Formats: sequence, structure tokens, C-alpha cells
Amino acid sequence: MSWYYIEGILILSGINLVAVLGLSLLTGFTGLFSFGHAGFMAIGAYAAAFATMKLGMNFYVALLFGGLMAGIIGYVLGKLTLNLKGDYFIIATLGFGEAMRLILDNIQYFGGARGWPGIANYTNLTNVVIINVIGIIILVNIINSKHGRNMKAIREEEMASNIIGIDVFKYKLKSLMISAVYAGISGGLLAHYIGFLQPKMFQLIKSTELTIIVIFGGLGSVTGSVVGAIVLTALPEVLRNVKEWRLVLYGATVVFIMITRPQGLMGGKEFRVIHIIKRIVSKLKAPLNKEVS
Amino acid sequence: MSLLELKDVTKQFGGLTAVGNVNLKVEENMIYGLIGPNGAGKTTIFNLITGIYKTTNGEIYFNDSRIDDLKSFQIADVGVTRTFQNIRLFKNLTTYENILTACHFNTEYSMLDAVFRSKKYVKGEKLLHEQAVELLEIMGLENRKDVVAENLPYGLQRRLEIARALALRPKLLLLDEPAAGMNPEETLQLLDLIRKARDQFKLTILVIEHHMDLIMNLCDKITVLNFGKELAEGVPDDIQNNPHVIEAYLGEGDAEC
Ligand SMILES: Nc1ncnc2c1ncn2[C@@H]1O[C@H](COP(=O)(O)OP(=O)(O)OP(=O)(O)O)[C@@H](O)[C@H]1O
Ligand SMILES: [Mg+2]
Repeated sequence: MSWYYIEGILILSGINLVAVLGLSLLTGFTGLFSFGHAGFMAIGAYAAAFATMKLGMNFYVALLFGGLMAGIIGYVLGKLTLNLKGDYFIIATLGFGEAMRLILDNIQYFGGARGWPGIANYTNLTNVVIINVIGIIILVNIINSKHGRNMKAIREEEMASNIIGIDVFKYKLKSLMISAVYAGISGGLLAHYIGFLQPKMFQLIKSTELTIIVIFGGLGSVTGSVVGAIVLTALPEVLRNVKEWRLVLYGATVVFIMITRPQGLMGGKEFRVIHIIKRIVSKLKAPLNKEVS
Repeated sequence: MSLLELKDVTKQFGGLTAVGNVNLKVEENMIYGLIGPNGAGKTTIFNLITGIYKTTNGEIYFNDSRIDDLKSFQIADVGVTRTFQNIRLFKNLTTYENILTACHFNTEYSMLDAVFRSKKYVKGEKLLHEQAVELLEIMGLENRKDVVAENLPYGLQRRLEIARALALRPKLLLLDEPAAGMNPEETLQLLDLIRKARDQFKLTILVIEHHMDLIMNLCDKITVLNFGKELAEGVPDDIQNNPHVIEAYLGEGDAEC
């Protein structure tokens, strides 16, 4: 394996991770499932590509622009559908994702279903890593605030959240918007990495992949999402040698993890270096204490 | 002026009148009891006061302003909160996190403050932490601080639910069968705790309970419901000796024996 190849996998993992981080807030911390986040990625991808290629905007401003557009559409979608009870919201997101793709299929200005080639390659490993670090810091800071706790409360018990004064609708909307912004930025990165956009890239299967990564990593764990994004993006590439068995093995791995660890790899826990050091220290101390007693 | 007033409140589910033309006046600083046989409509009244159900008819006033057209979270904002008959904790969060979450609107900082860890955020979080720790101590939960709520023994779960409600600094607290499933010793402790909380937080309390000795001991005034209607209202002594109440509780057949 050449470095070029590994770098490619890392960049794709990183691009996925940005979207997964946002979805982790929505699904892992607020308890709302979505099967339409590929739609937000598509909005971000086309908006960012439009900004750089047609308006000549700076790449990073264009990424923010893409994220913002996705966030605005997320707001509208949320306003319309978040009042629906649980399962109906999922169906609404599914419909939204597919509608987004069909709309783009028909916008000839962006190349329609044939696609849009020749987008500049501004995405590289460095900026993907930096954006992920920023994305993780923002996410963790939100989660460790009263706003994040309100979202967790909604995930745990909606009625109790209401009676302690949490505006459940408002917080679901905030969570959806933030996750849409993350997906939008991820889409912008993808457009400027592949250099080519086609509505087909943002099918239901893409939304499902993002949700699988969040669940695989463990709901309510940011580190789980990071590990999940890297493992599950790399896995199909690593398995490329076994050709037609690739997707079977991918599916089998996911099922295996779900059966052996239904809470996901990390399941609500965070991987902290300090914890591990503490554990090792306490293990080292244990025999010493025995000698004393 | 009463703190809470229900005027002719009715709630129907299809053809069933769960609550029919109920009037209730709870004065400030009182501990008010709501009793009645199973299915009398007690919990439904709590659901109406806290906005979980909308009234079919009638009006509910708190501090002289109407609250029956408000949403649940807004009713919490004006100072009314509750516990649930079937405990509803944030199960996967710790005792501390349950209380900390409920302290949330005792400080104001935006999401941007949180993202940038501004001074406002740091100050706000410190305040919330102090309040949560104080409540843990008052409620005797400090040594269970980091226990995940669903792993707490049953009695402590009930207690945590009260602690979480107190975190809002409410003016009116509704307790739905707080002693359900507790042994006599735990019930006695609870009695003390409710009194202590009332005095310390200057609370008004409306409580539903089936433990008669607890209710008669604790309450300044009691309303008895039966089939959604008010059967009697008065001080504990009157209620205990009211023939209608005895009849409703024992059933007509038994009353003749
Ligand atoms: N959401 C609902 N839909 C239909 N009927 C309901 C609903 N909630 C309550 N009821 C009915 O209203 C009546 C009153 O119920 P409620 O729960 O208020 O009784 P309760 O006095 O709290 O009884 P318990 O002591 O058993 O808790 C019952 O007949 C119940 O079946
Ligand atoms: Mg009840």
C-alpha cells in the first residue's frame, strides 16, 4: 500500500467524520434518527462548488457557505416535521433526502444527473484534519454545556424534559440545524476532493452509511464516532482485494459488532487517555497495598 | 388570592369523563392532599395542571394568570413542576447529571458562549455545579452522586425525582404518589423530607397518595375525588370521619357490613 493510497482513505474517512460528528449530536445525543443527511451533504457540496467555481469565492468561505445553506434547509425541514411523532420524522427525513437528489437530477445548471466535472481539488489531508479538530472541539463544548445536557435529557425522557422547562421542539431544531451544518461542510469537502459531483453520490445508501457509523461507534460517544468513521470508511477499501465479497464482509462486520456490543463500540463512554493512565496506576498500586496490609 | 386555582375543570377522553367540573384552591405554603380510589382522575388533574393534557373545559390559574393554554415547558418556567407516578428519570445519566440538567435555567449563557468557553459559560457552569451539589446534600444523595439513575434503589429513585424537581426552584410542586413502593421506614423519612423541603424552599405542595397515614399527617387540607368528581374537601379530621369518603373507599357492599 502506497502512502498516496492510505492518504486517500484518511481523507475520505475525515470527510465522512465531519458529517458523522453532526449526526452524532442528532442521533447519539438528542435521540433523533435521520435517513436524509446525505441530502444536507448534497446541499453543502453543490453550494460550496457553486461558490468556488462560479463565484470565485475562497474555499474555506465556500465551505461555510455550504454549511450555512444546509443549516437553513435543516431549519425549514425541522420547523415542518419535528412536531411529528418519532417514526414519522424519520420518514420525513428519508423523503427529504430522496427529494433533494431528484431536484438536483433536474437542475441542468449543475449538470443534472450526468454530473458536474472539473471542480477544483482544494481538499487535502491537512485541511481535513484541521476542520475535524475544530469540529470535535465545537461538538464537545456544546455537549458539555447546559444546551448539550438539555439535548441528552430529551434523548432520555421527553416528558420529563418538558416538565423541567426544556423547550423540546427548540432543542430538537437546534440539534438538527447543527447536524445539517456539519453535513453541509462535509459535502463541500467531498466536492473539492473528488472534483466531480453527481446527485447519485447522495443516495439513501449514503445517509444509511452515516447512521450506521454513528451506531457502530456507539450512540452518545464522540470518540466512538471518530473510531467508527475511520474503521468503516477504511474497511471497504481494505477489502477491495476480495472484490464481490467486499460488501458482504462489511455487512457481516457491522452485524457482528451490533450483536456482540449492542451499545456500539464505545456505547456512551469516551476514550480518555487520562482514564487509562489512572487505571494502569491503580493496577500497579494494588499489589503494593497488599504487601502493606 | 390562591396560588393555584382550578375552575370547573373537565377532561374527557372520548366518552369517558376522567375529570368532571373540579374546583380546587391551593393557598400559598400549604401542603394539599389529593386522594381517591384508583382511576378517580388524580393523575389526570396533574397532567392538566402541567400542560401534558389540554382541558376539555374550565380554567386553571397560577398566581392569578391563566396557565391552561401554556405549553408544559412554559408552565415549568412560571414555577410549577412535578414528579411522576411511574418514575421518569433520565435513566442513563448519573444522579448528579439528573439534577444538574434540571438546574439549567438558573443561568443564561448561549450556545456560542459554550463553544468559546466564554467567561459567562465558566461562571454559569460553576453556579449550576454548586446548586446541584447543594441539592445532593439536602436530599442525602451525595454518596450516590455518580451512580447511574436506573441503578439506584427504588426509594432513592423517587427521592432523586423530587431533587430534580426542586432544582427548578419551583413555587408549586406536584407529587404523584411519592411513597409508592416504599417501606414504612422510607415513608417516614420521606415525610420529613417533604416538610423540610417545604420550609427550606418556601414551597407549596400538592400531593397524591394512597398511604392514608402519610396524607393525614402531612396535609393541611384534602380534596377527595371519586369517578372524576369532588366527593369532599376539608381538613384531615373532617375527611377521615366523612361517611361519603368511607363509603367510596370501602365500596358500597363493604360499607354495609
Ligand atoms: N390518556 C388517556 N386516554 C384515555 N383514558 C385515560 C387517559 N388517561 C387517563 N385515562 C382514564 O381516566 C381515568 C382517570 O385516570 P387517572 O390516571 O387520572 O386516575 P388516578 O386517580 O391517578 O388513578 P390511580 O390511583 O390508579 O393512579 C381512568 O379511567 C383512566 O383510564
Ligand atoms: Mg394516578
